[in-house]
Amino acid sequence: MSLSGAVLPWVTALAVAMVVGGLIWGFFFTPNDFRQGATVKIIYIHVPAAIMGSGTWFMMLAASLVWVIRRHHVSALAAKAAAPVGMVFTLIGLFTGAVWGQPMWGTWWEWDPRLTAFLILFLFYLGYMALWAAVENPDTAADLTAVLCLVGTVFAVIARYAILFWNQGLHQGASLSMDTEENVADVFAYPLWTCIIGFGLLFICLVLLRTRTEIRARRLSALIAQERMA
Amino acid sequence: MIGLLIRDLRLSVKAGGGFGLALAFFLIVSVLVPFGIGPETALLREVSGGILWLGALLACLLSLDRIFALDWEDGSLELLATSPLPLEMVAITKSAAHWITTGLPLALVAPLLGLFLNLPEDGFLWLVISLLVGTPALSAIGTFGAALTVGMRRGGLLLSLLVLPLYVPSLLFGSMVVSNGASGEAVGTPLALLAAISLGSLAILPFASASVLRVNLR
Repeated sequence: MSLSGAVLPWVTALAVAMVVGGLIWGFFFTPNDFRQGATVKIIYIHVPAAIMGSGTWFMMLAASLVWVIRRHHVSALAAKAAAPVGMVFTLIGLFTGAVWGQPMWGTWWEWDPRLTAFLILFLFYLGYMALWAAVENPDTAADLTAVLCLVGTVFAVIARYAILFWNQGLHQGASLSMDTEENVADVFAYPLWTCIIGFGLLFICLVLLRTRTEIRARRLSALIAQERMA
Repeated sequence: MIGLLIRDLRLSVKAGGGFGLALAFFLIVSVLVPFGIGPETALLREVSGGILWLGALLACLLSLDRIFALDWEDGSLELLATSPLPLEMVAITKSAAHWITTGLPLALVAPLLGLFLNLPEDGFLWLVISLLVGTPALSAIGTFGAALTVGMRRGGLLLSLLVLPLYVPSLLFGSMVVSNGASGEAVGTPLALLAAISLGSLAILPFASASVLRVNLR
């Protein structure tokens, strides 16, 4: 708590600075793409949000594993705190994708593998959060959601690759890899990386904040229970 | 274990057990589809495989909350948990009972409904095979979902929210087998993957179901 309390303002400040800086850099100080025009600037929100949307699930998976194996209470609370953040990132990714897809592909939605997999990931977030909300005993809820997260991960991965059999897509492949020749041009890549790191820091800051809130709420309910016993 | 299976089967066939409800639901869904999308035979022929798989999946979902609910209410689930039979075996037996009372009959009546929906003749065999191969996964996943939500108020609604995303791969490969089979394309790959999902679910999910049952019974 003391460490996270000390770190939180710095992370928050850095996250705000990098997101705002990256977005301003991207929106106002980069040229328009010669084919996509100004719509290319959606990339500065779309890509970081999509990365964090799927990344959050892996953070929840790790936290759930820690809870199942070591039964460290904070990890369960961190997973709980991360879920809505990840859901919102996923939603932002889907929404900006739709806004970008309309002028570029001529459609708001396409049953493309990446898009479909992301929509399913969104449903997984909903189910996970609904299960947390439905169980009253916090330890039971932590156990149940942890197992759901593990099973869900397996099926999400299967679904991701199953969808590749089902339909071929419009979405482009990886374009920020270190090892491939064809990447996003440097002019766009630098502000984009700033935004990605900024969104990552924003995620850390939100999860820290929400986890601290959860811990305090837990302590408070323990105190109330003590009071009642006395 | 066999005794438990027979007991579950007997309970579900008796009045109030819900056997047959799933079948009737499957029938009604398939009959309602033409009202929704129009009676053109060409269109129905295109979508019939997917509709039948979706109908089977929903019918399966309908009976999931009964897997543990009655045993939970009268306390026999606790007896089962303290019996010498491992809880993992209880979970897999429950899945098997659910499959025999829903998945198997669904697969057997599916060709009849395929007739209504104008499924091409080549598709009938693959429809039955894909349902036979794919529905065990639906039962195993459903048992896990039922174990998660056992004893919860409004558990049924939550159950469908949790279970339906897990059904995506099975539905996808299952309807792919039917549509490929109906149009005379190769069905080997999707059928093998469908079987892989079923076997994998049967192998792994009973452990997950048993662990969440233990949590819920604590």
